[in-house]
Amino acid sequence: MAESGQTNVLILILATAVTAGTPILYAALGELLAERSGIINLGVEGMMLTGAVCGFMAALAFQNPWAGVVAAMLAGGLVSAIHAFLTVTLRADQVVSGLALTIFGTGLSGFLGKNYVGTPLPAPFSAKPLAGLGDIPVFGPIFFQHDPLVYITYLLVPAMWVFFYKTRPGLHLRAIGENPWAADSLGVPVFLSRYLYVIAGGMLAGLGGAYLSLAYAPSWLENMTAGRGWIAVALVIFAIWNPVRAMVGAYIFGGIDALGFRFQVLGVMVPPFFLKMLPYIFTVLVLIVVIGRNRTARAGSPGALGMAFDREER
Amino acid sequence: MKLVEMKGITKRFPGVLANDDIDFSVGPGEIHALLGENGSGKSTLMSILAGLYRPDRGTILVRGREVWLRSPRDAIRYGIGMVHQHFKLVDNFTVTENIILGHGRTPLFHNLKSFSEKIAELGGHFGLGVDPGARINQLSVGEKQRVEILKMLYRGSDLLIMDEPTAVLTPQEAAELFANLEKFAESGRSVVLITHKLNEVLSVAHRVTVLRAGRVVAVMGREEVSERKLARLMVGGDIAAARREEFCRVGEVVLELQGVSASKDVGGQGLKRVSFSVRRGEIFGVAGVAGNGQKELAEAVAGLRWVHSGRIFINGVNATNLSPRTIADLGVSYVPEDRLGIGLVPGLGIVDNVILKNYRKPPVAGRWLINYRQAEKEAEWLVKEFNIKVADYRAPVSLLSGGNMQRLLLAREILGNPLLMVVVYPVRGLDVGAAEAVHRMLLEMRLKGAAILLISEDLDEIVKLSDRVGVMFEGSLVGILTGGSIKPEEIGLMMMGLAGPGVGA
Amino acid sequence: MKGMRGFVRLEKRGGVSGTSVLPVTILSVLLSLAFGGIFLQLTGHDALEIYGLMFSGAFGSAYGISETLVKAIPLMLAGLGISLAFRMKLWNIGAEGQLYIGAFAASWVPLTFPDLPAYEMIPAMILLGMAAGGLWALLPAIPRAYLGVNEIISTLMLNYVAILWVDYLVFGPWKDPKGFNFPLSAPFSEAARLGTVGNTRVHTGIFFALIVAVIIYIIINRTKWGFEIRVIGESEPAARYAGMDIRRNILLVMLVSGAICGLAGMTEVSGITGRLQPNLSPGYGYTAIIVAWLSKLNPFAILLVSVLFGGLQVGGYLVQTSGVPASVATMLQGAILFFVLGGDILTRYRIRPGRGEVA
Repeated sequence: MAESGQTNVLILILATAVTAGTPILYAALGELLAERSGIINLGVEGMMLTGAVCGFMAALAFQNPWAGVVAAMLAGGLVSAIHAFLTVTLRADQVVSGLALTIFGTGLSGFLGKNYVGTPLPAPFSAKPLAGLGDIPVFGPIFFQHDPLVYITYLLVPAMWVFFYKTRPGLHLRAIGENPWAADSLGVPVFLSRYLYVIAGGMLAGLGGAYLSLAYAPSWLENMTAGRGWIAVALVIFAIWNPVRAMVGAYIFGGIDALGFRFQVLGVMVPPFFLKMLPYIFTVLVLIVVIGRNRTARAGSPGALGMAFDREER
Repeated sequence: MKLVEMKGITKRFPGVLANDDIDFSVGPGEIHALLGENGSGKSTLMSILAGLYRPDRGTILVRGREVWLRSPRDAIRYGIGMVHQHFKLVDNFTVTENIILGHGRTPLFHNLKSFSEKIAELGGHFGLGVDPGARINQLSVGEKQRVEILKMLYRGSDLLIMDEPTAVLTPQEAAELFANLEKFAESGRSVVLITHKLNEVLSVAHRVTVLRAGRVVAVMGREEVSERKLARLMVGGDIAAARREEFCRVGEVVLELQGVSASKDVGGQGLKRVSFSVRRGEIFGVAGVAGNGQKELAEAVAGLRWVHSGRIFINGVNATNLSPRTIADLGVSYVPEDRLGIGLVPGLGIVDNVILKNYRKPPVAGRWLINYRQAEKEAEWLVKEFNIKVADYRAPVSLLSGGNMQRLLLAREILGNPLLMVVVYPVRGLDVGAAEAVHRMLLEMRLKGAAILLISEDLDEIVKLSDRVGVMFEGSLVGILTGGSIKPEEIGLMMMGLAGPGVGA
Repeated sequence: MKGMRGFVRLEKRGGVSGTSVLPVTILSVLLSLAFGGIFLQLTGHDALEIYGLMFSGAFGSAYGISETLVKAIPLMLAGLGISLAFRMKLWNIGAEGQLYIGAFAASWVPLTFPDLPAYEMIPAMILLGMAAGGLWALLPAIPRAYLGVNEIISTLMLNYVAILWVDYLVFGPWKDPKGFNFPLSAPFSEAARLGTVGNTRVHTGIFFALIVAVIIYIIINRTKWGFEIRVIGESEPAARYAGMDIRRNILLVMLVSGAICGLAGMTEVSGITGRLQPNLSPGYGYTAIIVAWLSKLNPFAILLVSVLFGGLQVGGYLVQTSGVPASVATMLQGAILFFVLGGDILTRYRIRPGRGEVA
């Protein structure tokens, strides 16, 4: 009896790990796209917040969470375009521009969402167990009894992997991130591609934010991302720019997030403040371990990451 | 009909008129040498033809029709392909991936295997054998160049622009390359050879266009030219070449390496049990294809690279793995390969750069503070003494010309009257006049009794300056040649690891 | 499409013209205010009225000016701390956390030894606040120095940890038993409070900022250590070539940078709140990044720009009464940074319209 009770708790924690990991996963996949093209975007936190609030407002207005998804992606893409313009066309410092985007997005979302704090969302995303798959013992409840946005990542992650390694645009994307001068000399459109992938990355970050306000919470709170955007940036390093590893990493982070929730269920008495610290401390530790191990190899990092490109100047 | 004609090309960069109303043409089946010094505008002109730069004025005709080359892709579409001096390859991609990159007919999902077969076939046909599945960072410099050429042939280029292709090759590899270029020409394709080496023009070109300071000074057929005539056209007069006096008072040993081994930046052995010694008043030249351990050698001596076995003695002191600062204090100065970014701090002014090495020593330094009045005095003296052209002492040194930068760097390194100078690629990118000035400075130091370790990939420079020459191949010192009768070809064979008159010092 | 090289062509100028930096910065700030105005107008507010309200609130009265200065003090200190790290291209984004930890450590003194006299209390608080802020910054500096672990993410993550730590204390062990269950520590004794200037809330912390600015100016421009910091910031390989110890400098600079930010935390609890409490800072540590960047890391410019941003903060609070969220101040800060970053390009490049390349 007690044993099956503990198993149930464990399954519950793991299932929560998947949903808690999903917003980070979307954001990390977006960052991965941008960084593969050579542009670091540290504005993830700001893009997520913008996406979260715009998604919430649209979902409320249209009484449909999918409208929220569309709005969040548009909003995320729009604000990331600022970063693209500054870093690709004007060749501004990518770190500072990203920080500006985070600050701007935080302010913008707070501004827009002022009147929505505490408003309930009548039609959020809800869990829809997948026929068949949802009934598999253990695996079913962990992976297949969630909302549609979770299922989309199951398709998105392998699709992205295939895109990177098996398709022509994927080859071009990787080349632009590794050596834009080489790619450009063969007529691969570097500027256009970088715009495209930075904006696509922003759309995914916006979607990640919307997952919080439309499915996970589902409500709007100022600064509700609570550093998840930064964790997503760290996750990309942990994942050595590989979408499949990003997925695994996102669920680990989600699990730590979930632990905080579920500790009480397990009857552990730890002040909640310390539980809330866990993801942040874990992020730092993971970075130290991952980078410490691959110190000399600079493993997987796109060769031209963070470098502005100009044809007439190297 | 001409294959390519360029008319009245003008291109201005901030502060420089790189191309001034240039006319240039290449016929089918022609190997055309574009001769000029560094900074004469030859690379700019060809970058315009390759679609990389846009001219401010002028027209380009391909097979008699005026074309607009707005990007490299346009140029490639008209059959113009350029092999750059600094290869444009994605290092951790395979040969095949690099070649098909950006190519129009590659489908959405690609089957790399079929492309690889096609590339292997193409390579076989032109004598450019290279494994299509190999990653670029596993290839030698010569192989990388073949990949660059294959890239253009794969796209059906009729005109191959080669920018200083022999700079990184051994004489033997260069000869093989020229044989291949002649084969292309026989098949009706054309080649533009950008070079500043006169013997290359004479040995392979059908016609030559000479540029000086952004303008065309002569266009001639091979039969009309001689080495002397070309040299005068290129430089615009005679330049007194710095000469090494054969006899010199060679003194005691200053630098001695005993079986020194060190790692590369990214795994692997950079130096393998290297032993030799350099005496006072001697220039010891180190030849070799770039990437065979020269950088590691210089850094090991300067204390910037960890030596994991063997010992280095400087003036009798065991200097193995001492800090760079301690080694400098032993009387070692170091002119690194990267002038800007290592030897000089790009964003800082002349004064700060002059005190880069002695900012901790009196009279420039006090206990905590730097005496900037003293520092300025030193900088002014140095600038005057070494004839460095400076507009503003506080402006970043990155704004200086290459020649002035190198003079500043050498001047600073000479300043402390070093016992030993480690000098890496000292004239790379400099024009003839500036290069001669640098050579004179080095020879003067030799006469003053300094020991000089000169690392260069330019064999002519090595032969001209060195009393003895060591040759490096894959991290080993494969041989040492002595005396005034060193032949570049002999060095070349050793650079490929093919011959060696007994290893050891 | 094919010729999409951005929309404009940039041509490098022969060096940064020092004279054009200031007007371009001012122009950038004005443009960002215009952008914010359009945004306000579009969201149904009267932009001019709101800006007027913000300005008169922040600078239009003695009270407003003193409030602006109160907000400027932590910005000055944190901005100065950040500027030292930025000078070496160390991205210390952790000022916020260092400020909280400094506040925590400084608070420990009066909460544990409430009876110390002021001449012992204040120096002890300064010392502890600075030491704690410095050590907190050292945490991410060590993996950066020895393993090359990117300090941006680690300094930022530690902000959350520091804030949660202070929350834990004031909700838990340090909660004032006589405080009606509010999450506040016990009030400090009078000896632990910084004096104020005249009849205002402006405290003597402002003199700390002035002193720190002078010290930093001397360090950077006159000392051997400052020379090393400048060289390392410009080019690490050149620094290594010159025999400088980069690791030691990373640790040292982060330590000092964090200590100054910790001092900002000390002056907040000692000069303003008089106790440890949550939400000590409305994001001073982040705003200070913008301040430092905008000032081009010049310590005296930081003092000045801090006052402007302090005013923005005060103005942001004030406009809430007319229905505009205070977040407008944060949003404007982000926009200012965007425009200044874009404007920077003007000083480094000439901009030409793209010639026939936009299809």
